[in-house]
Amino acid sequence: MDAILTLIAPFFRDLYETTGINFNVFYDPYQFKRFLIGAENSILLILAAILLSVIVGVAGAAIQQSRSTWLRWLVGGYIQLFRNTPPMVQLLFFYFGLGAYAPQVDMGGYYQPMVSAFGWAVIALGIFGGAFNVEIFRSGIEAVPKATLEAAESLGFKPWQTFVYFTLPLAFRICLPALTTNLVSLAKTTSLAYVISVPEMANMLNQVWSSTFNIPEMMAVLFCFYVGVVWLLAAFLHWLERRLRLRGYSK
Amino acid sequence: MKSFARSGVLGLVCAFIAAPAYAADVSTGPCGFCVLWDWIPFILNGFALNVVISILAMMLALVLGIGLGLMQISESKLASVPARFVTQLLRNAPWIVILFMIMSLIPYRIEVQGWGNFILSDWIKATFAFSLPVMANVSEILRGAVASVPKGQWESAESLAFSRGQSLRWIILPQCVKQMIPHLMNWFALLVLATPLASIIGVREAVGSAQAAMESAGSSPTLLIPFYFFLMMIFFIFIYPVAIWSRRLERNYAINS
Amino acid sequence: MQSIPDNSAVSLAASPSMVTVSIRDLHLSYGKLEVIKGVSLDIRRGEVVCIIGPSGSGKSTLIRCINGLTPFQSGSITVGDQQVGDAKLDKIRLRRKVGIVFQQYNLFPHKTALQNVMMAPLKVLKEPRAEVERRARELLAKVRLAGKEDSFPGELSGGQQQRVAIARSLAMRPEIMLFDEVTAALDPETVQEVLLTIRELAEDGMTCVLVTHEMAFAREVADHVYFTDGGKIVEHGPPEEIFGSPQDERTQRFLSRLL
Repeated sequence: MDAILTLIAPFFRDLYETTGINFNVFYDPYQFKRFLIGAENSILLILAAILLSVIVGVAGAAIQQSRSTWLRWLVGGYIQLFRNTPPMVQLLFFYFGLGAYAPQVDMGGYYQPMVSAFGWAVIALGIFGGAFNVEIFRSGIEAVPKATLEAAESLGFKPWQTFVYFTLPLAFRICLPALTTNLVSLAKTTSLAYVISVPEMANMLNQVWSSTFNIPEMMAVLFCFYVGVVWLLAAFLHWLERRLRLRGYSK
Repeated sequence: MKSFARSGVLGLVCAFIAAPAYAADVSTGPCGFCVLWDWIPFILNGFALNVVISILAMMLALVLGIGLGLMQISESKLASVPARFVTQLLRNAPWIVILFMIMSLIPYRIEVQGWGNFILSDWIKATFAFSLPVMANVSEILRGAVASVPKGQWESAESLAFSRGQSLRWIILPQCVKQMIPHLMNWFALLVLATPLASIIGVREAVGSAQAAMESAGSSPTLLIPFYFFLMMIFFIFIYPVAIWSRRLERNYAINS
Repeated sequence: MQSIPDNSAVSLAASPSMVTVSIRDLHLSYGKLEVIKGVSLDIRRGEVVCIIGPSGSGKSTLIRCINGLTPFQSGSITVGDQQVGDAKLDKIRLRRKVGIVFQQYNLFPHKTALQNVMMAPLKVLKEPRAEVERRARELLAKVRLAGKEDSFPGELSGGQQQRVAIARSLAMRPEIMLFDEVTAALDPETVQEVLLTIRELAEDGMTCVLVTHEMAFAREVADHVYFTDGGKIVEHGPPEEIFGSPQDERTQRFLSRLL
């Protein structure tokens, strides 16, 4: 990382000295550190929230296949509640509301909450994104042709084998485009972690512009960072879609 | 549709039962729900601003988005390439980042020659900021809808001596409206759900009002769950019917086509 | 198969040990709709049985009952030493013995032709991969699809897909093959290639049960033909009898409309 800084620093320092355009995060080692912390936390948050939301989605979809009406209603209620309320308020509810009741850990003299702001952000955003994933996975599972599964049954596959070898891989392929849309949207939503002071990119750059007043430049960095990361994620998921596309079936 | 509505209501009931149970086991501090009761009118007053911001931003987004969408499908590269670029850029940027940019880049006061000075208060800037991502998505919805109209429609319009503009106006766009409406409603819902972001920049909408109310009621931790839960509920009550309605329209469209 | 002593075919034909599928007084209904109303029939080892009749006469349902895909209400189906209606039926063992090929092929779209054939022996029978692959390639060659091993179902024609489906069933080394209107969804040009494959199977001595609308084919390959109508067997016998001089008036009407 230091090597990168030495590489780009002269250009940005020169830019500042000749034009006054101050991208100090790209030449000042102290501010560059802030940029790196923000980038690391933002990317980790995106990955963790996506992972949790997919787990929640698969679990929810599996529960919705169950015979218990009671369980299905509970999952249905969860989906509607989290889809139709502001994610920012959900985040505040989890962090301040539930966070106030979370156990504290004795850190030798002072107490620290067991779940950090980052942890609450992952939990809240994972549950928020999961509400959409449940429906996506469920419709994927329902769209797997019954006849294909019957063919598996007729070859002697046990129900769990049929689910693992045929239902899941086919359902995943069917719902991948919808999943891509939702995960990309979730990645954008993780920027809300700003409101509970997770040291992600917006917060770290806020620290920078508060001290050096180069607001427009830092805004540009923030904007480009998110657009770039979201674009990368979307490109990866589209690549996955193409790779997994069923060969010989057009579109 | 019935079971869909029922499951939502049931989830709400469960959540309602769970929330007071949580609040009840805190013995220190005032009863959160009692304090909340007094502040409900104040918070609802703030919520009115969320509604106003949403509606104004949606109208702006529709006008700008349709313009941008028409530019995207234009045959002139000079119009379509920039329109495509703006659309993709704003679709990929988080709401909060767009909000920050608008806040910092648009001055507080604008002078229009011959018209005088305009004061742009924070909520107006927020409205403009929220309209931008919706605008980009309206533009994309329009492009997608036009692309989904079978090619034969263009050809038969052309064979009847319609110009490109006339074909679009009289043949293609009317076929798009029906399938666009559920998507537009969905984006309206997302817009409403994004408006609490305005509280970050100090706009006293529902969330900002609730936070102010908690502060003046002594900032006791017992207030947090009731207040934030109440906020979720007012948004839910406002948005849920929109969600059901747009789903019904979408299903009807899928069946009819 | 090897344990059967090679004495005179005539005495064996009479012996009950030759009967491999035995259906007695089978009844099946979906709610109030009665689909099968008391069907009895016997299928002997090595025999080719064709079931013909108008659509909706319960033919497909009947053969789906034989390998336990469709549950029935009363009566009995015996396949070898197994009772299909038995609550504790070992379905895996039944399905190793009885293969089925469907009208819509139902191949696994995310697997290549070779993988489609290999899946069940690998995962269900847990046989060693090298041996399974060798056999799968042989089977694909046998159904004239050598060279198409790595094609995905979506890249094959209907007739080719159907032959992969036949190979997929054969990979389980079944004793009986069920064919459920396997040519009904195919283009006329590809029907013949599938029928050729079935004919070769029949010539190899495989017990085959076909539900079919290909009357010329049924007449040619069948040892025994059943005519069903309204959930019952109206008439049965050797193909020369059924096609040559049908006794029942419903059979006559059905055949005259087709020929």
